[in-house]
Amino acid sequence: MITVKFFGSIRNWAEEKAIKIDKKNLKFRKLLNLVYDKVDDEFREKIEDDKGIKDFVIISVDGKNLESINNLETELEGDEEIRFAPSVAGGEFSFSERQIKRYSRHIVLSELGGEGQEKLLNSSVLVVGAGALASPVLLYLAAAGVGEIGIVDNDEVELSNLQRQIIHSTEDVGANKTESAKETIEAINQDVEVKTFRKRLEPQNARELIEGWDFVIDGSDNFPTKFLVNDASHLVGVPFSHAGILRFSGLTTTFLPDEGPCYRCLTPQPPSKDSVPSCQEAGVVGAFPGVIGSIQALEAIKHIIGSGDLLVGRALQFDALHMSFDEMKFSRNPDCPVCEGKLQELEEIDYKGSCRVKF
Amino acid sequence: MINKKVDLTGEVCPYTFVKSKLAIEKMKKGEVLEIVLDYKEAVENVPESMENHGHKVEEVEKTGNNKWKVIIKK
Repeated sequence: MITVKFFGSIRNWAEEKAIKIDKKNLKFRKLLNLVYDKVDDEFREKIEDDKGIKDFVIISVDGKNLESINNLETELEGDEEIRFAPSVAGGEFSFSERQIKRYSRHIVLSELGGEGQEKLLNSSVLVVGAGALASPVLLYLAAAGVGEIGIVDNDEVELSNLQRQIIHSTEDVGANKTESAKETIEAINQDVEVKTFRKRLEPQNARELIEGWDFVIDGSDNFPTKFLVNDASHLVGVPFSHAGILRFSGLTTTFLPDEGPCYRCLTPQPPSKDSVPSCQEAGVVGAFPGVIGSIQALEAIKHIIGSGDLLVGRALQFDALHMSFDEMKFSRNPDCPVCEGKLQELEEIDYKGSCRVKF
Repeated sequence: MINKKVDLTGEVCPYTFVKSKLAIEKMKKGEVLEIVLDYKEAVENVPESMENHGHKVEEVEKTGNNKWKVIIKK
């Protein structure tokens, strides 16, 4: 499957952030035509004229500039990632005055800067859940100017949520959580486009929902969903931040599908139902998921701007009651069905009970 | 030789530095940026911050009544 991603003004023209082309062994010229077929003829006119691809369009294939390889005659195998990005006229950033003010505290950071801000505005993050962990994640990603934020949740806001789920307000009680979160985000930052998915993440839809995003945040409150986020993210090659909280102790770690271990290497199967009460039964002080969720948001931001070190192969454990952080290193489990590539499909049965994938 | 010039008259801190930084980020190493300022505090702050970010301050000159130019090499 070839993934074609669009950025900046080109994304606006395409009205899509990414499309998939299921073809193998074709020339780039052929792929371009397939892209135009999927988008529309106006899009073709914006990208090309009689002389070929316009100068301001920068196309890369798996990170390599198309100009520097073999241009339109380039052969594609069928698993490449193609990016269409506009070059910035005159070598200047295209921030508005309002954006320069809004993001000035990012721009002055040498690790982030205008370049990092541009990356954030062109990035997309999917957040699974719209509850306690997701609340600070969504608020901070929105404030940071992540250009596209997706939210997956099927619940409605309840009064008992408000003690920790700070993206929702009293007036939102009874409203769908994704819509309530969307309203809050839009009030914070109109640079952000919010896509709501009013559904549960299921084995049937997980691949489709997760594919194409730059980063995923698992803010779910149950083991089946956590395993599902892990497995689907690995299958479609999207990095994600995991977190789990219980009473006053929590854990967060980050997974890169190509590099480190995965969640199943750390936790081959969930603890028995009796030993772990669900979040609602166990209780939690709202500020605590606030800390963990903020760490998850930071991991997403760092991944997007490409600065610092991520929590890959490291589980950060936080004991909020005694206020201590510990780090546990872990590596790939040689028997892990996901890392070993044995898991090919997401089967319903694997996300019930033990969540153990059987081979 | 000046490769790029930004006129930041009318701008105050911190935007004098924010906009100077945006300008120099898009330049190549070794290129020279001229920044025109009319805010006295920025005449000290901008060169100091530019140095902290690893750039070289080549010159700070008062060019007129309440007007300065700062030359920075990336």
